[in-house]
Amino acid sequence: MTDPLLEVDDLHVRFSVAGGGLLGTGRRMLHAVNGIGFSLAKGECLSIVGESGCGKSTTALSVLGLQEPTEGTIRYRGQPLTGQGAPGRMQRAKAVQMVFQDPYASLNPRQSVRTSLAAPLRLHGITAASEIADRIEVMLASVGLTPEQAKRYPHEFSGGQRQRIGIARALILEPEIVVLDEPVSALDVSIRAQIINLLLDLQEKLGLGYLMISHDLSVVEHMSDRVLVMFFGQVVEEGGWRDIFERPAHPYTRRLIAAIPDPDAALNPGTKDHFADAPLPAGRSFAFDGSTAPDIFSAPPPSELVEIAPGHRMRLVPVV
Amino acid sequence: MRLGFNFWLGAGLTTLVILAGILAPWIAPFDPVLDADLMNSELPPDSTFWFGTDGQGRDVYTRILYGAQISLTVGIVSQVINSIIGVTLGMTAGYWGGWWDDLVNGFTNVMLAIPPLIFALAVMAVLGPGLPSLLIALGLTNWSWTCRIARSSTLSLKSLGYVQAAQTLGYGDLRIMFTQILPNMMGPILVMATLGMGSAVLSEAALSFLGLGIQPPFPSWGSMLTDARQLIQLAPWVAIFPGLAIFLSVLGFNLLGDGLRDSLDPHMRTRTP
Amino acid sequence: MTAPLLDISELHLGVAVGRSVNRPLLKGVSFQIMPGEAYGLVGESGSGKSVTTLAVMGLLKKPLAVSGGEILFKGQNLLELPKREMRRLRGNRIAMIFQEPMTALNPLSTIGRQIAEMFVLHQGKSWDEAQKLAVEALASVRVPNPDRRARNYPHQMSGGLRQRVMIAMALACNPDLLIADEPTTALDVTVQAEVLRLIKELCAERGTAVLFISHDLGVIASICQRVGVMYAGCLVEENETSALFATPRHEYTRGLLGALPRFGSRSLHGRKRLVDIDSIIADRSKLTETRFIASRSAEEGGQP
Repeated sequence: MTDPLLEVDDLHVRFSVAGGGLLGTGRRMLHAVNGIGFSLAKGECLSIVGESGCGKSTTALSVLGLQEPTEGTIRYRGQPLTGQGAPGRMQRAKAVQMVFQDPYASLNPRQSVRTSLAAPLRLHGITAASEIADRIEVMLASVGLTPEQAKRYPHEFSGGQRQRIGIARALILEPEIVVLDEPVSALDVSIRAQIINLLLDLQEKLGLGYLMISHDLSVVEHMSDRVLVMFFGQVVEEGGWRDIFERPAHPYTRRLIAAIPDPDAALNPGTKDHFADAPLPAGRSFAFDGSTAPDIFSAPPPSELVEIAPGHRMRLVPVV
Repeated sequence: MRLGFNFWLGAGLTTLVILAGILAPWIAPFDPVLDADLMNSELPPDSTFWFGTDGQGRDVYTRILYGAQISLTVGIVSQVINSIIGVTLGMTAGYWGGWWDDLVNGFTNVMLAIPPLIFALAVMAVLGPGLPSLLIALGLTNWSWTCRIARSSTLSLKSLGYVQAAQTLGYGDLRIMFTQILPNMMGPILVMATLGMGSAVLSEAALSFLGLGIQPPFPSWGSMLTDARQLIQLAPWVAIFPGLAIFLSVLGFNLLGDGLRDSLDPHMRTRTP
Repeated sequence: MTAPLLDISELHLGVAVGRSVNRPLLKGVSFQIMPGEAYGLVGESGSGKSVTTLAVMGLLKKPLAVSGGEILFKGQNLLELPKREMRRLRGNRIAMIFQEPMTALNPLSTIGRQIAEMFVLHQGKSWDEAQKLAVEALASVRVPNPDRRARNYPHQMSGGLRQRVMIAMALACNPDLLIADEPTTALDVTVQAEVLRLIKELCAERGTAVLFISHDLGVIASICQRVGVMYAGCLVEENETSALFATPRHEYTRGLLGALPRFGSRSLHGRKRLVDIDSIIADRSKLTETRFIASRSAEEGGQP
């Protein structure tokens, strides 16, 4: 097996938030991410799923260097991306890029498509006008836009086209890892399919590693190789897509799956709420079932990810 | 972008003031300072002296045209200084946050608590009267609101995708501020500056009226009003025309500012689907 | 056969640009909702589904205006109803819930008071009595500790709870028709599932008809008995939900269904490329020329 592109180990992110007191007294620590670890290989799509506030976006921002982790390490090809000896923004930019959720807020309204794509190239030392023009043309073609569209401004494009421009911008520096933050959830259904197809094509063509953040399990099932289910800052279950969607073991994962608004299940009730219960390893139980929210202002109680099948792990606590 | 009647009225008045100032040497029938003739003092408006003459027999019309130069210089230069200070402080405070933000906020609040004219008076008292100190005094007094607007715009723009994208693409902080944030908040800043020009013209008039601004015999609308004080019963035109000039130019700047604000308001802009 | 509760026929609606030029948004939309029936309108942004609901509620703002057709509610044309009558109908006989409950709730008033207001306004109850009814209404939408929650302000509640409060307010006067415009789009999936179940059960219990607007075919399928598919201001296909999903007849509906990643399909068939709607539809401008409206069979008329 090849070395992973990205390794995240025991990532913790805590924020200091104002408490109830006057003048900022009573500040408390919000535990947003509590010990997340994963690795991402070339050409692989790893998805982090969970509901709002589960820490999936914070994890992605840490990988992008937009959020300093409190503890833990993030390595790209074995080199640390955080802490001491971390590369600057310039080097990191060639490793990790991001596609944003909202195609309307993710493009600078005062920059033409060409400017948005040429500026990063120039910043990274490509100054020959002909090379810049070539690379922009190739990039636009590979996301399904024409070279003539380069001189237009964002407001002249539809949501789907804007998302294509956002993808082009993320890929123009030829990164190996792309963080996809809910890449299709703001788009219309028919456009969604086009963008999903495009993302899968580009992944295959360029061997990209995708780290996808999503709450849409149908999209996650369609695109992912491996899946991490997060609940209040912790991974509660992780595994290959078949493990998670065909044999979900953790009650929270099952709740998520049961909640998918899915036409087939709605019209043929009972198809997806009957998963066989795998026996829990002796002496352990679920840390939580996802029906009650834990206290986000204190560190979670000790628990561990236990392997229940090769590559399929879930969070359990020892029974006392 | 659809611009309303107010914008065009404001633009018209402002253009009139600008043209008056620029073309004064050519269109003014007399010299504003040298053509003093006590034989002609306090003449009412007629075909030679369109706006009448003042106590020293100088043509009021001529002096108002030249006064426009002073008012425009004060309005524009002081607002450029204000905008540079306000945008620099506000944008960096909003972008970097932390102790710098706290410091800028505190400083802004202190500035807002001091009446601007009193502050300008204090600066003038230190620097002495004259045009350069007037520009500095007015340039230092009116940046607080610009700073606040720049800060809050930066805070909201900072969370948008394209600013985050610029960070992930390796842009430095200053480059992000100048290429991603500043162009997208120019609208409100421009509006503030235009509205500020009106109040700068008023402040100049007030300071000159108090004898701290433009020194006689050079014409400024404010100092012309000062001179007119003793004559207001005998020769009301000496006060009416500079007053009207101040009124129309301030009105012009304010209407222009309001019009710009309306046209730059995202709610009034149509978004193509 | 029972008479429809809401009967929209040939509704034309547009934006008045300048004096008389009309940019049409709805080009002759007709559909009926039976008493107690849950009817879904599905479509992409700009298809006209939301303006349809605004027209029914009489909430169209300038420059939008109805240019033809009628909206019969219990046989009464809403378009000709005086404003005062329409106001009496809104919130009382026809109620509405929105995508973002925070914008529809008054931030300065407790939710108990806001629900109680509905009873005072539409049923002439005294405030004391209305307060008690408000707590009952909160209990009916399964808000835990309703008497304590009634004293809360909207910002003290989560999005899911706020949407429950909106439902309690909407159903307070036992309306005949509930209009729900993307009520769960802003919610997390598990909360969405709970809110959908709540709407479905409460409306079935009380015999309230529902007009449900969504872009999400899955949400529509889980709540509606009959579905209309809108495209570019036209209702291009209408059928019973199960029939529509099993045998879509209009090519736009087929495109939409194919574009949807179906949960479980990868397990069964492997990863299939999603249908690119533009590859199966040659000319989008011709889409509205064909319409498939399945007739209602005689015995059906929604739930009794």
